[in-house]
Amino acid sequence: MTGEACIVIKRAAKSYGDIRALEGIDLEITPGECIALIGHNGAGKTTLIKLILGLVRPTSGTVSVMGQFPGTSGFVSRRRDIGFLPEQAIFQGSLTGLETLTFYARLKSAPTQSLDQLFEKVDLVKAAGRKVSTYSKGMRQRLSLAQALIGKPRILVLDEPTTGLDPDSRARVYAIIEESKAEGVAVLLSSHALTELEARADRVAILHHGRLRACSSIPELRKRAGLVPQLHIRAGRDQMSALARHFAERIVPGRFVNGVAVLDCPAQDKLIMLKEVLNLGLAIDDISLAEPDLEQIFSAYIDRTPAQ
Amino acid sequence: MKQIFVIALKEVQDGMRNRWVILIALSMAAFALILALLGSVPTGMTKISSLAVTVVSLASLGIFFIPLISLLLTYDSIVGEAERGTLILLLSYPIARWQVIAGKFCGALVLLFLAVALGYGSAGIAIGLTAETAFTEQAWSSLAKLLLSSVLFGAVFLSLGFLISATLRERGTAAAAAIGIWLVFVLLYDMGLLGLLASDAGKTIGTETLIGLLLANPADAYRMLNLVGNDETAILSGMAGLSLERQISAVAPIAVMVAWIALPLASACAIFQRRQV
Repeated sequence: MTGEACIVIKRAAKSYGDIRALEGIDLEITPGECIALIGHNGAGKTTLIKLILGLVRPTSGTVSVMGQFPGTSGFVSRRRDIGFLPEQAIFQGSLTGLETLTFYARLKSAPTQSLDQLFEKVDLVKAAGRKVSTYSKGMRQRLSLAQALIGKPRILVLDEPTTGLDPDSRARVYAIIEESKAEGVAVLLSSHALTELEARADRVAILHHGRLRACSSIPELRKRAGLVPQLHIRAGRDQMSALARHFAERIVPGRFVNGVAVLDCPAQDKLIMLKEVLNLGLAIDDISLAEPDLEQIFSAYIDRTPAQ
Repeated sequence: MKQIFVIALKEVQDGMRNRWVILIALSMAAFALILALLGSVPTGMTKISSLAVTVVSLASLGIFFIPLISLLLTYDSIVGEAERGTLILLLSYPIARWQVIAGKFCGALVLLFLAVALGYGSAGIAIGLTAETAFTEQAWSSLAKLLLSSVLFGAVFLSLGFLISATLRERGTAAAAAIGIWLVFVLLYDMGLLGLLASDAGKTIGTETLIGLLLANPADAYRMLNLVGNDETAILSGMAGLSLERQISAVAPIAVMVAWIALPLASACAIFQRRQV
């Protein structure tokens, strides 16, 4: 489900006094799309999120969310359509999970009967009647996610939704995101868990020192970073030297260690390379093809552009 | 309007849950009873109903106690939420910032009313039941006036508490500012005024000016409202001198307190609106 962009950011900049938190940000998010925001701590992720929520105003440039500037008083009621999960899931310990969500549902004028489904969705049905102070970190995080889903928002802004969660809960979070996407919700999530995002984000926005270094799909980022997949071959010592002789120019320098040869293998030449290796007729113990992961892509984009 | 109600409800719920109301009410009742029992011994005036004596004691207690509990209730309402990180979530909801303050103010007002009513009310009833004067002939109207004016007086400091909380960036400084405000209004202002009067020796400052200066301080306005407004209590409190020379109507002290509520609260809203979160 795609359509007109519901979040449009044009050349937006935000300064706090002398500190330039964001500069020249251009970003569009359409319904049904999931954009992952990655960057170091202090790269400007949270400021960008605050800009979208209308909690801070841009110093220059424009931000438009659902066709409106999020800093105006008229936007206040539009916030009903935004679900936000803050970086730290802090709730009042003295209230129960249900009381907490009831409060937020009332603020959003959402029906409180639908909260049962939310508790089910985040697997907190049994804990709903317990005080939040007895919750584990993961449970609070899930309560926070349930909070963001109140009132079926059209935009979900999730600031590190999987921090502190076990693998099971992480999978659940991504299943919920997937479900929301299918319903046409635009999802913006920030994360440090880069490997998780691989198959889950439609586009990845790399933020570094307040600037957007790149914003594309992962294969596209990979291609533009010039990172090529690598072929790892493990074989006996004598076999390896034969291999080394054949691929003398193509072996990655310094990557011929521990009995594993690392060969650059351009995406379009994968089959040719494999055929070439097989044709050598060597006794190979193991062979694997590794695509550069998001972590490597991230480093490539950050290293290339010097800090200001 | 609904948003304000939702926030107010949450505040009341919190105040009940963390036993704030019951603790404050209990300590107020305890103080009030001690003061009342001690206070009725040395007066030696059998004509005066014992509740009137108590009202004087309670009002004197209130001047110190009510600003303190009111400031405690609100000094960290904004800055505390900002520090804990819950403010950013709250402001991402469909609620305007002034509505947050208005809601919290209403909630705090309800809590204050409950605490004062329970504290003063229980003390009043206890005295009414044990005193020689018939229960129905007691100075109940004075007690009712005390109760309402105490809530109004407390609201001034709730409002000042919001101003501190919306302006300052750290809880620690907000707490220090709250204590400072308490000191100024409750102690320093009157001491300064006394010093001024003593050095002036009645040359330039007439009664008119004195009453004006006294009224400007909400604590003194509260004192006048409760101690001067009634002949019985005025004599008991030693404030009769002021009231005999010039009869002060209840309107001026009430107007002063309302102004002291409205201005800080409006400033708190304006400052909060511009606050960087």
